[in-house]
Amino acid sequence: MAYTEEELKKELETKEYEYGFYTDIESDTFPNGLNEEVVIAISKKKEEPEWMTEWRLEAFRIWKEMEEPEWANVTYDKPDFQAISYYSAPNKKPKYDSLDEVDPELLDTFKRLGISLDEQKKLAGVAVDIVMDSVSVATTFKKTLGEKGIIFCSISEAIREHPELVRKHLGTVVPQKDNFYAALNSAVFSDGSFCYIPKGVRCPMELSTYFRINQAGTGQFERTLVVADEGSYVSYLEGCTAPSRDENQLHAAVVELIALDDAEIKYSTVQNWFPGNKEGKGGVFNFVTKRGICEKNAKISWTQVETGSAVTWKYPSCILKGDNSIGEFYSIAVTNNFQQADTGTKMIHLGKNTRSTIISKGISAGKSQNSYRGLVQVGSRAANARNFSQCDSLLMGNECGAHTFPYIEAKNSTAQIEHEATTSKIGEDQIFYCNQRGIDTEKAIALIVNGFSKEVLNKLPMEFAVEAQKLLEISLEGSVG
Amino acid sequence: MLKINNLHARVEDKEILKGINLTVNAGEVHAIMGPNGSGKSTLASVIAGKEDFEVTEGEVILDEENLEDVSPEDRAHKGVFLSFQYPVEIPGVSVTNFMKTAINESRKAKGLEDMPAKDMLKLIREKSELLEIDRKFLSRSLNEGFSGGEKKRNEIFQMAMLEPKLAILDETDSGLDIDALRVVANGVNKLKTKDNAVIVITHYQRLLEYIVPDFIHVLHDGKIVKSGTKELALELEEKGYDWLKNEAVVK
Ligand SMILES: Nc1ncnc2c1ncn2[C@@H]1O[C@H](COP(=O)(O)OP(=O)(O)OP(=O)(O)O)[C@@H](O)[C@H]1O
Ligand SMILES: [Mg+2]
Repeated sequence: MAYTEEELKKELETKEYEYGFYTDIESDTFPNGLNEEVVIAISKKKEEPEWMTEWRLEAFRIWKEMEEPEWANVTYDKPDFQAISYYSAPNKKPKYDSLDEVDPELLDTFKRLGISLDEQKKLAGVAVDIVMDSVSVATTFKKTLGEKGIIFCSISEAIREHPELVRKHLGTVVPQKDNFYAALNSAVFSDGSFCYIPKGVRCPMELSTYFRINQAGTGQFERTLVVADEGSYVSYLEGCTAPSRDENQLHAAVVELIALDDAEIKYSTVQNWFPGNKEGKGGVFNFVTKRGICEKNAKISWTQVETGSAVTWKYPSCILKGDNSIGEFYSIAVTNNFQQADTGTKMIHLGKNTRSTIISKGISAGKSQNSYRGLVQVGSRAANARNFSQCDSLLMGNECGAHTFPYIEAKNSTAQIEHEATTSKIGEDQIFYCNQRGIDTEKAIALIVNGFSKEVLNKLPMEFAVEAQKLLEISLEGSVG
Repeated sequence: MLKINNLHARVEDKEILKGINLTVNAGEVHAIMGPNGSGKSTLASVIAGKEDFEVTEGEVILDEENLEDVSPEDRAHKGVFLSFQYPVEIPGVSVTNFMKTAINESRKAKGLEDMPAKDMLKLIREKSELLEIDRKFLSRSLNEGFSGGEKKRNEIFQMAMLEPKLAILDETDSGLDIDALRVVANGVNKLKTKDNAVIVITHYQRLLEYIVPDFIHVLHDGKIVKSGTKELALELEEKGYDWLKNEAVVK
């Protein structure tokens, strides 16, 4: 007869994490714990030059003296850093020329992720560099890129093959001592991507990397460095998925973007690390430092879709150092069940006529907590700096929370800063309206959420936008209450 | 087509429908009138399957099938359409995208493939012309910032797109200017065939000059207290509802 709230809820029971499986690939894993020997061993394993080993050790010494930050609006049991293994790499470590040579089990993994290489390859113009448990196992499209002088490879390879470039830029945007997690990452990062676009070159394809955590109890410390030389352009995509695990896993990545004069970097991420099950057990801790620096007339845009992780702490930021430079931040953050996200951006205006735009869309469901934390800082020399920020929150049910913490520090009186914020709720009337037109509740929620997030979804490259929409649907299933 | 027997419905502890009987055959137009709060919109919502209302007695039967356990979306797939008295806004979702989703979901329920884009475009062109809707309008967010009249016209555009078997128009005329009323009524008439049926809920006799009903029912305090032909509307216009309220009590 009549359809009760309870029944509605039941029908919408959480769909268990789709990508929760574990691939049985032999791994070479370090015993748990962290000390100078482990740092040196990692560096050795990766056949790094001495300066790199020294750089790591310096970071480790800094980290040892630091305290884990506590200011974010999240609560969790602090990871025991001595109970984590800091290195895990698949034993077989070849570079494949074609898909046929790739371990069938790995291919199967990608199929289950719905991002099979087959599919990826068909999406013309996407070069994929896959990092699985920290070691790059397949890179395609290298040749096309090589002809333009573009370097796109794992950071370990870059350290070996292009030491001068890496040494010049690594740690210049996010120094070792920047924060607790960045210091840890600098000491133990296992792999990640490196990208260099030469002067005046427009990268002809979207560069894309997929990360995933596989081995139990291994922390992930990815390091990404993107350098766009003067007048160049690149669009870089990063996505990740993690198999479900009961114990929390730590992810502490560092991403540095460098846009030299007149260059432009578009950086898009879709993040769906395992969020924990619906009781709030398990899930990835995601503590990420992402920052870019813009020289004169340069532009950096960050676009992120965050649906995963149990705890997220992430503030992709722009240092607008050069005059007329532009920073943009477009974000969708979804939290469901017991997830906690504290995310936002920092726009640091140093140059004259610098502009920044922040569009943040937070969607909270279940018992989750979703916070936007943003800082707009205008330095004394940044005449005519402009910022526009818009933070919208969409709530589903009565048990979740949305919080907005905008901070503004303006030291130049010509700065113009605008901030807008809205909060809305998915109404039963909206759902019934959709139902009446033949659209079931799950689809209706997806439609409403996609509508809410449209401004940000539109910023994603086409093929990524489709995946992002799918992820939004998956992560919000079971969220009407 | 539609048969409602002794229908009682309530929300929380409040009984709103108190024994409605109504039969609508294919090809017919029925009008439901009645004072504010008498239960007209509630009846429409219950037919459409809104869960807020608990049916405590009686039944709604569509084409010999009891709708008791049929979800609102399945009722829609079976051809029930409700033009809302207060259409809901869905920010960021264009009218076109919404209609595309609605049509394809109904097709999916019938085991059909998605409608090819070119057929969809053709359908949109045809129906927007019928209702004299500027195509630019269709790219706007559904009902967001629409004027009262635009919302109503948009409801009928959706009806035209979905070609329902049973359309319930809840006060579609209120908010429409005189010209718009003519356009919308004309659209409804063009969509009328001998195989479908329309229930119009209205307060004004004027709409019924355009959409001519076969029967008129007066709802008062959750019951149909009088039924008649279109002349009844004129009588109501003249005398109001008071005399019927008394009649109901006498009964
Ligand atoms: N969800 C609800 N909760 C409580 N009362 C309700 C609810 N929905 C309807 N009602 C009450 O039921 C009665 C009938 O409402 P309904 O909207 O069906 O009237 P109506 O005949 O359509 O009136 P109008 O001509 O003003 O549109 C009213 O008294 C209304 O307040
Ligand atoms: Mg009403």
